[in-house]
Amino acid sequence: MRILSLALKRLAASLPTLVFILIGMFLLLKLAPGDTVDALLAQMGGADAKVAADLRSFYGLDMSVAAQLGNYLWRLVRFDLGFSAIYGKPVSTVIIERLPATLLLMVSALSFAFFFGLVLGVLAARRVNRWPDTLISTVGLIFYATPSFWFGLMAIVVFSVYLQWLPAGGFEDITLGHAGIARTLDIARHLILPTLTLGLIFLAIYLRIMRASMLEVLNLDFVRTARSKGLDETRIVTRHVLRNALLPMVTLIGLQAGTMLGGSVVVESVFSLPGLGRLAYESVVQRDLNTLLGIVFVSALLVIIINFLVDLVYARLDPRIAGGG
Amino acid sequence: MSLLRAYCRSPSAVVGLVLLLIVVAMAASAGWLFPRDPLALAGRPLVWPGDNPRFSFGTDNSGRDIAAQIFHGARISLLIGVVATSIAIVIGVVIGAISGYYGGWVDTVLMRVTEAFQTLPNFLLLLVLVAVFGSNLMTVTIAIGVVSWPAPARLTRAEFLSFRNREFVQACRTLGMKDRQIIFREILPNALPPVIVYASVVMAVAILLESALAFLRLSDPNVASWGNLIGLGRDVLRIQWYVSAIPGLAILLTVLAVSLVGQGLNDALNPRLKGR
Repeated sequence: MRILSLALKRLAASLPTLVFILIGMFLLLKLAPGDTVDALLAQMGGADAKVAADLRSFYGLDMSVAAQLGNYLWRLVRFDLGFSAIYGKPVSTVIIERLPATLLLMVSALSFAFFFGLVLGVLAARRVNRWPDTLISTVGLIFYATPSFWFGLMAIVVFSVYLQWLPAGGFEDITLGHAGIARTLDIARHLILPTLTLGLIFLAIYLRIMRASMLEVLNLDFVRTARSKGLDETRIVTRHVLRNALLPMVTLIGLQAGTMLGGSVVVESVFSLPGLGRLAYESVVQRDLNTLLGIVFVSALLVIIINFLVDLVYARLDPRIAGGG
Repeated sequence: MSLLRAYCRSPSAVVGLVLLLIVVAMAASAGWLFPRDPLALAGRPLVWPGDNPRFSFGTDNSGRDIAAQIFHGARISLLIGVVATSIAIVIGVVIGAISGYYGGWVDTVLMRVTEAFQTLPNFLLLLVLVAVFGSNLMTVTIAIGVVSWPAPARLTRAEFLSFRNREFVQACRTLGMKDRQIIFREILPNALPPVIVYASVVMAVAILLESALAFLRLSDPNVASWGNLIGLGRDVLRIQWYVSAIPGLAILLTVLAVSLVGQGLNDALNPRLKGR
């Protein structure tokens, strides 16, 4: 219970941050050339000044910036993100349609990066400065330096074009008309390359942090005690070291949540996945600022929620945090 | 001199330095080896590397020399990397220094702002900035700098927190020095080394950010950027994959070089961490 109240306190502290982001973004987008009405008129093929003025008063765009900002924030409280002129639907509908693909991609990329980062980090730390460590660390450095979109393109060339093992893009093959398990498997097949592409750079980061953290913990007194008790090395690592070494890894999930969302913009464009990131890209290209603002809001919310969950996990891993207050 | 010797003890750091020097040499010799506009038509489109001795790396979809674009692209990547990193470090150091030195409500407010920037996915913020201010070389570079300052700010703040009550700072206060002098003349030189090392991370990320933006065709289309070339190559990916492959390798090696040099500097400056 203490853990929960502590995490909730942290959550409440992030509310001002969210409001600050929204105000900043709103004012920033006011600077952008062209508003919703301009985008609408461009879609309609132009209209006279009277229609434009009517539309502006309809969307409340003729009011002062402060009044518009107040309106906007009040609508957000009721989770009304406005209307997307390009998609012809409320922004919240557009975003909710696109959210599952992004969440699925993020969760799978995170699991991939976390699991393999952990395993490789432990392996490297146990053979520190010998060839397995050198090999793993070098591969990690190369992964870190690889532009994700480029890795995605090269993976398409190898696995889709030459080997023809995996699809080159898309979320699922609708023409097959799968349902149930077959559909799940089809989606999983489509997500393999995007997951690898998005996860690669995070794998490199997790691996490096895990290695350093393992080396740090392995030098602590309680590990020496465990060794002198005559425990074998595997048991020491799994029972004593791992739990302590995991703390920085868990922190990193929260810190990297935003980066991962940003990375999904590029990965979703490479593999033409119908996700939030691709929506962000499309709304920049189509000047659909309402949708863009909505995506910013939802992304910030998502990052805050992920950090809330990370706090909970963190407190479970390290009882001192909940105890110390 | 001893720093150089400490640096050269690590083979990976030397590899990084050599790679970085090669990229710098490419950027420096671009105008001399490829005096023509790298974006001008040079020959038949989609010539494979090696097919025509005039184009060692082949030509792209519209018949522009890929080698020329790689060499001139080195200039753009390094330029954006260095300028954006300087912007990020300057903003970060000023905010972090003020925040860490004064503490109290100033610290609270500035850290809230930093948090806001960290909560927002930085690539998304970059998209918004490009959507609002347009995408020419200058705005893109500034935008990348503006989204990259929070991490250096936090680092600088942590350093300042550890220095603000040291004896030499108290001595400065007793001498009646102005806050500005204490912050920038006395504390900053002590706090700077880890920030400078961290700049290599910022620079690596800045180069990657620009290439991703260019790949999405949201960066400046009128300069020879590696990301632009990868984006172009995407249209002919199935057969002429080399158009995308070559500039990607260039990005990879440049980012690798910057990271390795940063790591080497870090190890040379912190001998305590040797063997990690």
